[in-house]
Amino acid sequence: MRTAARHLAAGLFVLTSAWAGPGLAVEPDEVLDDPALEERARALSAHLRCLVCQNQSIDDSNADLAKDLRVLVRERLVAGDTDEEVIDFVVARYGEFVLLRPRFSLRNAALWATPVVLLAVGGIFLLVSGRARRAGPPPLNAEEQERLNEILREPGDTT
Amino acid sequence: MTETGHFALVLAFALSLVQVALPLLGARTGDARLMAVGRPVAITCFAMTALAFAALVSAYMLSDFSVVNVFENSHSQKPMLYKITGTWGNHEGSMLLWVLILTLFGALVAAFGRNLPATLQATVLSVQGMVGVAFFLFILMTSNPFARLSPAPIEGRDLNPILQDVGLAIHPPLLYLGYVGFSICFSFAVAALIEGRIDAAWARWVRPWTLVAWIFLTGGIAMGSFWAYYELGWGGFWFWDPVENASFMPWLAGTALLHSAIVMEKRGALKIWTLLLSILAFSLSLLGTFLVRSGVLTSVHAFASDPSRGVFILAILVFFIGGALALFAWRAQALAPGGLFHPISREGALVLNNLFLSTATATVLVGTLYPLAIEAVTGDKISVGEPFFNLTFGPVFAVLLVAVPFGPLLAWKRGDVLAVAQRLSVAFALAALAGILALLFLDKNAALAALGVGLAFWLIFGALTDLAMRAGIGKVAPKAALRRLMGLPRSAHGTALAHLGLGLSTLGVIAVVTLQTETILTMKPGETVDVAGYTLRFEALNPHRGPNYTEDQGVFPVFDADGSQIATIISSKRLYTARRMPTTEAGIETLILSQLYVSLGDETDDGGIVVRIWWKPLVTLIWLGALVMMIGGTLSLADRRLRVGAPARPKKAGHAAATT
Repeated sequence: MRTAARHLAAGLFVLTSAWAGPGLAVEPDEVLDDPALEERARALSAHLRCLVCQNQSIDDSNADLAKDLRVLVRERLVAGDTDEEVIDFVVARYGEFVLLRPRFSLRNAALWATPVVLLAVGGIFLLVSGRARRAGPPPLNAEEQERLNEILREPGDTT
Repeated sequence: MTETGHFALVLAFALSLVQVALPLLGARTGDARLMAVGRPVAITCFAMTALAFAALVSAYMLSDFSVVNVFENSHSQKPMLYKITGTWGNHEGSMLLWVLILTLFGALVAAFGRNLPATLQATVLSVQGMVGVAFFLFILMTSNPFARLSPAPIEGRDLNPILQDVGLAIHPPLLYLGYVGFSICFSFAVAALIEGRIDAAWARWVRPWTLVAWIFLTGGIAMGSFWAYYELGWGGFWFWDPVENASFMPWLAGTALLHSAIVMEKRGALKIWTLLLSILAFSLSLLGTFLVRSGVLTSVHAFASDPSRGVFILAILVFFIGGALALFAWRAQALAPGGLFHPISREGALVLNNLFLSTATATVLVGTLYPLAIEAVTGDKISVGEPFFNLTFGPVFAVLLVAVPFGPLLAWKRGDVLAVAQRLSVAFALAALAGILALLFLDKNAALAALGVGLAFWLIFGALTDLAMRAGIGKVAPKAALRRLMGLPRSAHGTALAHLGLGLSTLGVIAVVTLQTETILTMKPGETVDVAGYTLRFEALNPHRGPNYTEDQGVFPVFDADGSQIATIISSKRLYTARRMPTTEAGIETLILSQLYVSLGDETDDGGIVVRIWWKPLVTLIWLGALVMMIGGTLSLADRRLRVGAPARPKKAGHAAATT
């Protein structure tokens, strides 16, 4: 439902059938006793996609599958996994689709490079065009200078 | 009435064809009579579309279920307000609203563009007509809202309950006024390319339209964000969802256009770039329409299985974006380049603004389309969500925000960045102080919060500095300064207010992201919980009946630190009877600028209920800031030099601060 509602949030009405009913995402019985572990679990959850939802993290979703994943993440953390190990574990099971922040890989190069490249190219272009503008027209060569001097020399000038 | 509407729609289509052909022919051959056809046709075309729209609204008001569209999206028990607003709460109706606004803008150009050169006006109307032809054809061929149903059903299927809301009733019209408003800029740009002539006067004609579109789009996006916040029940205000991005991209490009058009109008520079941005802003609006309307977002495969609408819009998209860009590539070089300026100048600052806004737009664009591209090319599925945008869009936009206060204080042509920095030193000191206070008094996410709060106040005080400098506060007697402040051109107030609003929104976002607290617990009647210095007691869960729903209302009296009751929050779980569809209605209490947000979950076996309570510090600033931005835009629009037909303004006004 939130998927559908999310679409409407931009005011353009795509209704989907992915209706999970109202309810809340993280439920009290899921919360870990150790606050440090729980905080890590929440942070990880925000990076993992609810697979049956659209662009929604498991931290926000109330779908059953999201709950299963939240519990899974917490199980791994309690078992002593590092954050990376938990992510790797989930990706191994569900594929890269589960990551809301795609990995730095060759396939995703264009995605990650866009802002950097655009800023760099745009900045260089502006610098170069700015310099060209400031430099003004190229200086006169010897021949042209001579010609200019001739023109400037008034007929009656004795120097 | 329904047939009248259908007929009027076909007539409007036919009129658009006339609007495309005759004025353009007249403009090319210099035939004044042919050019003059454009104005009355554009106005009549709008009248016909309005008639068609009125016919659909009346079918909704009368609950005429013999119309398929009404049957599928309405219900006789629905409150009258939502019957009316339900007209655009579905694909067909919203597309009709789209063309209604498109023809409205065409009619406005026809009615108020009398001081435009005749050939330019004729060409603009013709291009506007082309967009109209494409979308009328789209509606008539794939999305006819007037299709009939026989036999007529007794009762309708009702509107999706989450759409039965005042916020969402006004959100689409606002958003479309923004989206489609950029069509005027697009038409002006294409007309300039066709005519092969563009000058500062062109920018003066285009800027008001850009401003109008930008104001409405700002309102539409803010409204959508606010609606999502209170209606969806978990207090998020922005999700980087593709559909949100679809509305955000034209806003970013439109903001860039707004700024580059200033340079073009005042200094005659950046002509070609402004032209390109005019085309891009509307292209992104079209892209947004395509993304949302075609179903391509749900999945590439869903798009492929029912492609009729999607392919049609894709064709429209390719024709207009491709056509305009091709025309641009062909003709833009012929346009004379404009004035020179030093990189450190107001122009230079606005170019920098454009560089960062364009990069931000491209980042959102690539992030939105990349998963589709990857899936189409390799078949792999990847996700691009909030963490990606926070990491890429975030820094780009943050740098832009840091630079904002410098822009309005720099002089045209050649500025002195050190002198500007000196003038901004007070603003900087105050912003730093705000950041340090945040660091001292808050512990959670302190560093990030301090930086963010400092940035927000930097924007706010920077905007105020701009006004103070122009008014000469501190330099002249207070009375004279006040008089000068009031006498500043409205566009100066508009700029300052818009930048101030940006600061307020930034402050709201930063406060919520870094400082909000969340409490999840199971509560039984009579139990209390402390949140952010307030105490909430869960009193009871009371059944209640509304016009077309039933609900359970959780009642939560709120007490302050002294123990006196300051409010009662009612949060409920609703069931809309027609669709058997449950929704959560969050209970929200505004405490100054912050809010307590209570959402109900499932009932537990032992008689308790899961409750989620958020403390959202300064959250209302997010939307109040947008409102201030809109007011700024409106003030700017009221500036006398932008009023259509107004003579050139006195020379000194805009340069007053710049030349000091």
